[in-house]
Amino acid sequence: MATLNLPTSDLAGMNIESFDTTTFLEHASAQARQRHLEKYFIVDVDSHHYENASYRDIVNYVEDPVLRHRAKSSMTRQSGAVSLFPTSYGSQDMSGRVTRYHTRALEKTPEGHPRDLTLAQRWMDAMGVDISMLFPTPMLNLGAHPVPEVENQWARAYNRWLCEQILPHESRVRSMLYLPFNDPEASYKMVQDFAHYPGVSGFMITAGHQQAVHNNAFMKTYASLEERGLPLAFHGIYNWDDKAFQTMNRFISVHALGFVFYNMVHCINWVVNGLPERFPNLKVIWMESGLAWIPFVMQRMDNEYAMRSNEAPALKMKPSDYMRQMYYSSQPMECGNLKALEVTFDMINAKTQLLYASDYPHWDFDLPSTIIDLPFLDDEGKKNVLGETARKLFNIKETGKLAKIPAA
Amino acid sequence: MAEVYVGQVSEFIETDTKIVKSGSLEIGVMHRKGEFFAYRNLCLHQGGPACQGMIIAKVEEVLAPDHTFIAERFSDTEIHFVCPWHGYEYDLATGEFVADRKQKLQKFDVVKKDGNVYVIV
Repeated sequence: MATLNLPTSDLAGMNIESFDTTTFLEHASAQARQRHLEKYFIVDVDSHHYENASYRDIVNYVEDPVLRHRAKSSMTRQSGAVSLFPTSYGSQDMSGRVTRYHTRALEKTPEGHPRDLTLAQRWMDAMGVDISMLFPTPMLNLGAHPVPEVENQWARAYNRWLCEQILPHESRVRSMLYLPFNDPEASYKMVQDFAHYPGVSGFMITAGHQQAVHNNAFMKTYASLEERGLPLAFHGIYNWDDKAFQTMNRFISVHALGFVFYNMVHCINWVVNGLPERFPNLKVIWMESGLAWIPFVMQRMDNEYAMRSNEAPALKMKPSDYMRQMYYSSQPMECGNLKALEVTFDMINAKTQLLYASDYPHWDFDLPSTIIDLPFLDDEGKKNVLGETARKLFNIKETGKLAKIPAA
Repeated sequence: MAEVYVGQVSEFIETDTKIVKSGSLEIGVMHRKGEFFAYRNLCLHQGGPACQGMIIAKVEEVLAPDHTFIAERFSDTEIHFVCPWHGYEYDLATGEFVADRKQKLQKFDVVKKDGNVYVIV
């Protein structure tokens, strides 16, 4: 049996011989039973897999033969080639303290079924999640690649692999596909080429892209999404290379601000440039930035707009009124001050605009109990946040409980 | 009060954890260089298996008398155990949540008898 040795402050380190998601999440299943999650339809709008484990499959879907060769070559260890793909600094695993980042390699899955789906089904059942939106992990940094064509080619390869090899095997798992936002034409073509695949519930922009959302070149992409009734999500990410973060010496600092910062920039640009007026039926979701930033931006922008409305002439309402029409994913929900959280829920109309997200298996994941246990939210509000709002937003047809919560 | 059998002293390696159950109660019994500690295996955060993660020394910051930063180091005296779900760290000696020491895990006494380890519930 393979043994994994995780380094600790002791020379001997920590030995781990096996890992299984269902066992690891036994306490989550106990919560699901105790809180009767079988009575709730739960949609997790933001979960992840590690697509890098499948790079050798995905690379075959790169359309450009020269880039495909470069990508394959960069995966051949003996060549000594520098990776074609961007990597990022950081310590998402807390230097091994969040052990699953390492131990997932030990988990056994059956042959003949996509491993990523087996893992997803295990954690979804353990938590009581019925439907999940699956997003990549290392690819969240792909927008930092200096060559837009590499981003586009890899994004197309991943999206095609996901649509053809993964999503068809499990209707409970869906995705909002990656948009190569450094290339407006490629983003538009991505929507045209992939929107029809089963399981595609929308499209996603990783927020770290240094692109202006109000660039005229993106308008036809937004129009196309609006026409198709497909939501557009902005997914938070950090970028330690960004000049704004270069004085920060600890990952906690970069993560705490980074996952919020870029969504704040994009959201402010989105509102100030009147995009909600131009695309009134386009559903926009702000993901993985928690909730505390929203009241801040609402108050800040309303205050400035009162004095400088001439600089935002497209607006017919206050900035916060537009923001109240947008959607937000819940994770990582700041629960340290319940009074502040309750005010936040009121300010964003959480009962109709907030979407539960786990972010599992990442280190700051939230269980459905984070919503169920809120003392100020009534049962209808809990049902909406956990799944009913997402059901409408993503036009989910399924009814009844799909998750098989493990018995005690 | 009841004694719940955990295992033989000799079964524990230098840094080790065993989980025992008593009814619905799940207890983590941790061994560290001859000393035993037992806490409820339920993280104060989101209910994770608090005792089933890494055991690692506290990270400390070392400052000079003029308040300048010198280095980080592992503590020689304070050991933590880490909930593997989200990284909540607890003081092995007290069960205190180290980011807010007003909160602590329920602690249980451990006794050694005839080469065996028991936790008192």
